[in-house]
Amino acid sequence: MKRFLIISRQSPYGSAAAREATELALACALFDQPVALLLLDDACYQLLPEHQPETIAQKNLSAMQQSLPLYDVDKIFVCQRSLAQRGLTLDSLSLAVTSLDTRQISALIRTYEMVINV
Amino acid sequence: MKFTLLIQSAPIDSQSSATALRFARALLKKGHTIERIFFYRSGVHSANRLTLAPQDETNLPQEWQHLVSDNSLDAVVCIAAAIRRGIVNQDETARYGIEGENLLQAVELSGLGQLIAAATQSDRLVTFGGGG
Repeated sequence: MKRFLIISRQSPYGSAAAREATELALACALFDQPVALLLLDDACYQLLPEHQPETIAQKNLSAMQQSLPLYDVDKIFVCQRSLAQRGLTLDSLSLAVTSLDTRQISALIRTYEMVINV
Repeated sequence: MKFTLLIQSAPIDSQSSATALRFARALLKKGHTIERIFFYRSGVHSANRLTLAPQDETNLPQEWQHLVSDNSLDAVVCIAAAIRRGIVNQDETARYGIEGENLLQAVELSGLGQLIAAATQSDRLVTFGGGG
């Protein structure tokens, strides 16, 4: 068994990056590996509520995001500085997440054996 | 040491696939083991057999084909990422009733579980591309 950390840096739409990062996190959980998700930069926007992607003919990422805790991906971390730079706060997000400063993020990354920057 | 390589960017858009190829060759030369090479996201384009390159340029999918078959390596393309990007084998063209399979012969289409299984068996997982 290995501990996986999936790092996402992209906004929910505009590319498949966010969806494919989420799919990878879910796959780790389905295969019974401990997994956490770390959201940096524009990935903070993935957790905003009330996406309306149907107006650009995209599938809503929130449904998949909301299933993360159900699949035991219960550790979701977000970068404090990325949130602040975008005028976001923890209570404006649609999932319960833990915010970390940059020093905590580098310490966190060191504790995982498998780090995948999607 | 046992390595799994993960390639996430398309050969034409990024240096990552070429770097991964050279890294794989260097690993073998140094006597390391490659547990699996896994192509995810736009990295699946590395496994497009129909890629053409001018004569004085490298045809990366062809190079991957040689590396994998000459060394009997295990190489897998993520099926979900691949079919979204038009990389299909005969099973998929039959399943979806389309023509034109284009997957490299030496590479298999399978799920993300194959990446996770290989990573858990490896000392190192090295990723190429990603983050964008």
